[in-house]
Amino acid sequence: MSLLAISALQKSFRTPDGERKLIVDVAEFSLAPGQQLALRGESGSGKTTFLHLIAGILAADSGSIRLGGRDMAALGESARDRLRAETIGYIFQTFNLLQGYSCLENVMLGMAFGGGSNRAHATAMLERVGLAQRLRHYPRQLSTGQQQRVAVARALANRPALVLADEPTGNLDHRNAREALALIRQTCRENGAALLLVSHDPEVLGAFEDVRDFAVLNRALQEAGS
Amino acid sequence: MTLALIILRSLRQHLLSTVITALSIALAGGLLMSVWVVKVQSQATFTQVNTGFDAVLGARGSKLQLVLNAIFHLEASPGNLAAADFEFIRRHPAVKLAIPIAVGDNLRGFRIVGTVPELFTAVEYAPGKKFALSSGSLFNPVAKEAVLGSFAAQRLGLHTGDTFHPFHGLIYDERNQHAETYLVTGVLAPSNTPADKVVWVPLHGLQTMAGHDPRAASDVSAVLIQLRSPAAGFMLDMMYNKQGNRLTFAFPIGAIMAELFNKIGWFDQVLTLIAYLVALVSAGGVLVAIYNSMAARRRDIAILRALGAHRRTIFGAIVLEAATIGLLGMLAGFAAYAGILTAVAAIIRAQTGVLLNAWTYNPVMLWAPLGMIGLCALGGLLPAWKAYRTDIAENLAPVS
Repeated sequence: MSLLAISALQKSFRTPDGERKLIVDVAEFSLAPGQQLALRGESGSGKTTFLHLIAGILAADSGSIRLGGRDMAALGESARDRLRAETIGYIFQTFNLLQGYSCLENVMLGMAFGGGSNRAHATAMLERVGLAQRLRHYPRQLSTGQQQRVAVARALANRPALVLADEPTGNLDHRNAREALALIRQTCRENGAALLLVSHDPEVLGAFEDVRDFAVLNRALQEAGS
Repeated sequence: MTLALIILRSLRQHLLSTVITALSIALAGGLLMSVWVVKVQSQATFTQVNTGFDAVLGARGSKLQLVLNAIFHLEASPGNLAAADFEFIRRHPAVKLAIPIAVGDNLRGFRIVGTVPELFTAVEYAPGKKFALSSGSLFNPVAKEAVLGSFAAQRLGLHTGDTFHPFHGLIYDERNQHAETYLVTGVLAPSNTPADKVVWVPLHGLQTMAGHDPRAASDVSAVLIQLRSPAAGFMLDMMYNKQGNRLTFAFPIGAIMAELFNKIGWFDQVLTLIAYLVALVSAGGVLVAIYNSMAARRRDIAILRALGAHRRTIFGAIVLEAATIGLLGMLAGFAAYAGILTAVAAIIRAQTGVLLNAWTYNPVMLWAPLGMIGLCALGGLLPAWKAYRTDIAENLAPVS
């Protein structure tokens, strides 16, 4: 039984010329519970759009995205928001931490719109990523590596079934990138969450046993290239 | 809880604009409440102040001028009336009590009013309240003695046992000093009536002050009257005002003062309109402050949406943030109100002796804050709509 099952998924955008351009065209894709998969793809290949579709941030033109038995593509925006809050953790390349909130508040907000905030669990998550002494610090007071760790804690705080990671090490140096990647994979395992990571970095991709090429998966790229 | 956190953090992130906007709301709200309360309280107070009398009899002229002069000790006297006129009204069967007063002198700007001791012993200036002395005793009606109203004594720095020289005329001019020396025999306890700002002397003393026309030595400026019944007032009104042509009978005092407020009602309306406009501009300030910060907020909004916040949650947070600025502003507005009203009440007290009851509850203290908060929430609708329409994907750059 798949945690995530995608079929005939298409998404297009209108160009400045007024034409519709197909960005994502994925015939079949699936992810098992607890599976960790890396998608290889270059910048501009539609990887982020693909993740946004899975997360329900964007609505698909057609196709289905079944997540834990529910079709994200068929839901209204409000229901997609709720499903995302309850079942998905999202780690961004630029961390996307809220600058006006402390580390603890950032993590608590990661839980707020799903199951509800739990200060003790948020604290435990920050302790897990090695930031027990930084609960009341603000993102600007942290190093980039520490900021990404807060983002990891936030993404996993709501015990999501699926973690989406979009170039999560893109803004980190080698050492921090390695540590962050190990942390993401380890905390996902500990929480029983599946991980879908997209990257163009060979070092990151090399750490995964299971890697797929997004250029092969996304037929829109093949059509554009032919 | 989450919504409160989002609102508080946003207010803190935009602290300067929050404080400035809240202060402008405080000023607007304070002004609105002050204008309203001063209007209502002054009207209520001045139409009720009659210092225990039903009517005033004086020389032919304006009833309002007569009341302002004899009751509030403002304005010039419209003229004198003869001793025979005073005796006639004093003995009239419809009149319960008639107290003569004479004006024409001052003590460094405070009016000197000549009267009889019965004003202090026989009259209740408000139901159940008679004038009382905080120190000393009443003046001897045939001596050069004086009793000072509490406010006048405080401002003049005079105490029982002190002496002074009166000055001629109602306006203080140091060249017009009378030679007579008066002894302060007592100071009245505060009554919060115009009597507090008066220097009271015996009627005879003022009438015969050196330099005053000896031919008018037995004249009085006005007669303060208590009637046996309201019907008697209408009868005397007919007798003096309709059938006679020498004197004016001002009755009822409250209605005459109400007329004054009707005449200056346009001024209240202008002030109220200004206060409303200031309130509207302040609410507009909330709109501008939040709207201008929307560009900086888009990324935060997109992040919150990515974390699962609904559009309506974001919309509500912005509207509530605007309302919270209004709430904070109105909390400070009560301080502004207290400051403005204290100053206005002090000015009115200095000018009239009447103390406005500024702290009495007035419905404006409820509807003005609620209205202001509502206006601010309305001002938050446009930026909230903009926040509502924020595209998540566009604002979660970069895209790979």
